[in-house]
Amino acid sequence: MSTWELGGRQISSRLITGTGGATSLDVMSKVLKSSGSQVTTVAMRRVGGYALGGGSLLDIIRAAGAEVLPNTAGCHTAAEALLTARLAREALATDWVKLEVVADDITLLPDPVELLEAARTLVADGFTVLPYTNDDPVLAQHLERAGCAAVMPLGAPIGSGLGIRNPHNIAMICEQATVPVILDAGIGTASDAALAMELGCDGVLVASAITRAADPEAMATAMRLAVEAGRAAREAGRIERRWHAALASSPAEGRITS
Amino acid sequence: MNVTINGEPREVPAGTTVEQLIRQVTTQDKGIAAALNGEVLPQRAWSAHPLADRDQVDVVTAVQGG
Repeated sequence: MSTWELGGRQISSRLITGTGGATSLDVMSKVLKSSGSQVTTVAMRRVGGYALGGGSLLDIIRAAGAEVLPNTAGCHTAAEALLTARLAREALATDWVKLEVVADDITLLPDPVELLEAARTLVADGFTVLPYTNDDPVLAQHLERAGCAAVMPLGAPIGSGLGIRNPHNIAMICEQATVPVILDAGIGTASDAALAMELGCDGVLVASAITRAADPEAMATAMRLAVEAGRAAREAGRIERRWHAALASSPAEGRITS
Repeated sequence: MNVTINGEPREVPAGTTVEQLIRQVTTQDKGIAAALNGEVLPQRAWSAHPLADRDQVDVVTAVQGG
């Protein structure tokens, strides 16, 4: 498998996982293994809460040989995201951040104004910024020009499982980008992940579609295979779509005609 | 002296350090970070940093999240 570069690191797996939603650390450990994922996200929260985490979560991620990618999930303003990113850097000794600044807790859609402001500040502060963004080609360009190490457009709202609602925009983002494009959010099943790769994405981030599947370990395998298949199909070069006429693959000559 | 730790009010004696306050809520020493009044305070500085009245301390760790 060929490697690709994300934030200055060479990675072979193009499937990034999210640890959110797994019902136990044991499930998470199995998911990491069967997904083959080398980068996985975590959230930052006050200690002593009910969320699974702390040292044991980090231990299983390290045991799986994956990089920890802290996110700023739950932040509504640039200021909140900056503090969360800086706390994550201090706690986890990484300058990587999956930057999320959402407009509200109902849609969880990115707030483009706050997102861009936070991205600029974090890049200046030395972070490797991987922003979760809308499927907006113009905003993706702004984020790239701000110095982000990748752009991570949504396929559909977080946790919706609706797949890629605007494949044209995702393809446009991929065509324009000179940094990696990672489809983030909206994946429901393996074919969505394969489509993302066929559209030209460099990677796919999957959390809920794996961790909340009936069998997370099996779905992690399915996603790994889908990402590999989608990438292989992209590289192989698909046939042209023919809207107005079919094209026989069998020869026209020598047919038995009446 | 009244301070807050992770949003909870606490009364602590004068001279209490950030480290002592944090140890009231967690024994974890790796994979955590703290902010004092909205700014990151590096872990190495906790034990030498006395709290002031109305200080707000937040201490966080990594948890499961997409």
